[in-house]
Amino acid sequence: MIEVRNISKSFNGLTVLDNISATFESGKTNLIIGQSGSGKTVLMKSIIGIHKVDSGTIMYGDENFTDMSESEVTRLRQKVGMLFQGSALFDSMTVEENVRFPLEMFSDAPKSYWQERVKFCLNRVGLSHAARLYPSEISGGMQKRAAIARAIVLEPTYLFCDEPNSGLDPKTSLTIDQLIQEITRENNITTLINTHDMNSVMGIGDKIIFIHQGHKSWEGSKDTIFDSDNEDLNNLVFASALFKDVKKLHARH
Amino acid sequence: MNLFAHIGRYAMLMTQVFRTPQRWRILGRQYIKEMEKQGLESILITIIISVFIGSAITMQMVLNTENPLLPKYCTGLVTRETILLEFSSTILCLILAGKVGSNIASEIGTMRITEQIDALQIMGINAPNYLILPKILGFVTITPVLVIFSMFFGLLGGYIISWTGVMPPSQYIMGIQYAFVPYYITYSIIKSLFFAFIIASVASYYGYYAYGGALEVGKASTNAVVNSSIIILLFNVLLTDILLI
Ligand SMILES: Nc1ncnc2c1ncn2[C@@H]1O[C@H](COP(=O)(O)OP(=O)(O)O)[C@@H](O)[C@H]1O
Ligand SMILES: [Mg+2]
Repeated sequence: MIEVRNISKSFNGLTVLDNISATFESGKTNLIIGQSGSGKTVLMKSIIGIHKVDSGTIMYGDENFTDMSESEVTRLRQKVGMLFQGSALFDSMTVEENVRFPLEMFSDAPKSYWQERVKFCLNRVGLSHAARLYPSEISGGMQKRAAIARAIVLEPTYLFCDEPNSGLDPKTSLTIDQLIQEITRENNITTLINTHDMNSVMGIGDKIIFIHQGHKSWEGSKDTIFDSDNEDLNNLVFASALFKDVKKLHARH
Repeated sequence: MNLFAHIGRYAMLMTQVFRTPQRWRILGRQYIKEMEKQGLESILITIIISVFIGSAITMQMVLNTENPLLPKYCTGLVTRETILLEFSSTILCLILAGKVGSNIASEIGTMRITEQIDALQIMGINAPNYLILPKILGFVTITPVLVIFSMFFGLLGGYIISWTGVMPPSQYIMGIQYAFVPYYITYSIIKSLFFAFIIASVASYYGYYAYGGALEVGKASTNAVVNSSIIILLFNVLLTDILLI
């Protein structure tokens, strides 16, 4: 479980996050939704400490992240996996080397275990056949899957996914969403996902936090999102033509 | 950002670079890779440039030393001093600043904007140490080798051109041996160690703090080349004053 209390962050005087508090539960896919530029990525990177928050507290379980020493942060990071918007695979390494890299860096287990673990992870995301290829040689969807394999190789307690569906077609998006949800449940991971994709929201929104212009403006789940009377949230949810009448339909039932 | 802010941020970055590596074995692997990439791939350009500049300097020196009072071998001597003292260290490093500096800045800059550096940090890896240290070590190791190559091929260029009739080859050979000061080679190598450090670290700095898109990577790489060249020229004067005068 991750809990943030009253965190704020600004860049050069421009406030990007304004006093946000939220709880992210384990074994669930916790979604952070909002328009582009609303501060989702900054929120996520602040929680992991890539950005230093100006004020507020971040708790990982019952450990206070905000006053950890550098070595404690390094230790915690080994329990964190992250899936980046652009996959962020190391392009000088093959898919297999990318997945093995965190093991090489941190695992004291014997090499035979590394081999096993890499094989297992690649298999879990369905990429065994592409192990020897370089990131530039595979499709966007496969890159995302390789990035998932790399993120879970050290068996993380926390998984962060920044727009896992950006740049993917709807069908591939669905597969990636399902993969993330399955892995989250199988391993009881606390998973945070940034998205503005309504299909994801309806598919895997176990818990949803809505960020609007740096504020937390609504909180709920996919089951309650249609009942909200939050104007900004409704604008986001019903922005796509497909969903325009859903709310009315929903109200009629 | 003003000059002092840059210097401060550069210094902060360097304190992160020079830490004990998390895995020595991986540092070793990266170090060898960098020597190969920055070093071996610069050998050909070093040879080509040195041969041509060496022969051009020789021809110019023939004109400059055209005086019946000066023995013919003087041309060889002056060519040698120019190559050993200045060309094979400073000018070569300025050229390498263009080649290696832009390469390092764009590689690290690309890793920055595609979030590969963030990915390293999330894993709990000291990214400056992992990425930059092997580049600096590798390039500082290989640069003196390139300098020696440049000296040899520069002098060879002069010898080759002497055969075309600009001066007697035997006089050239005599000239490049006459009143030889071995310390000049040491001096050049010491200078090149500083220059290599400047190139690799300044280029890494600009790449590491790139923010935005592909355009910024281009800017970072231009900044790296321009600024490391200026710093090299400054240090050249400074080091010459300390080491030679
Ligand atoms: N490193 C940074 N420096 C300055 N401004 C930033 C930085 N990162 C993000 N921002 C700004 O913060 C705001 C929120 O960005 P972001 O969190 O990326 O939005 P999104 O919700 O689309 O992920 C944007 O206005 C962006 O320009
Ligand atoms: Mg974003």
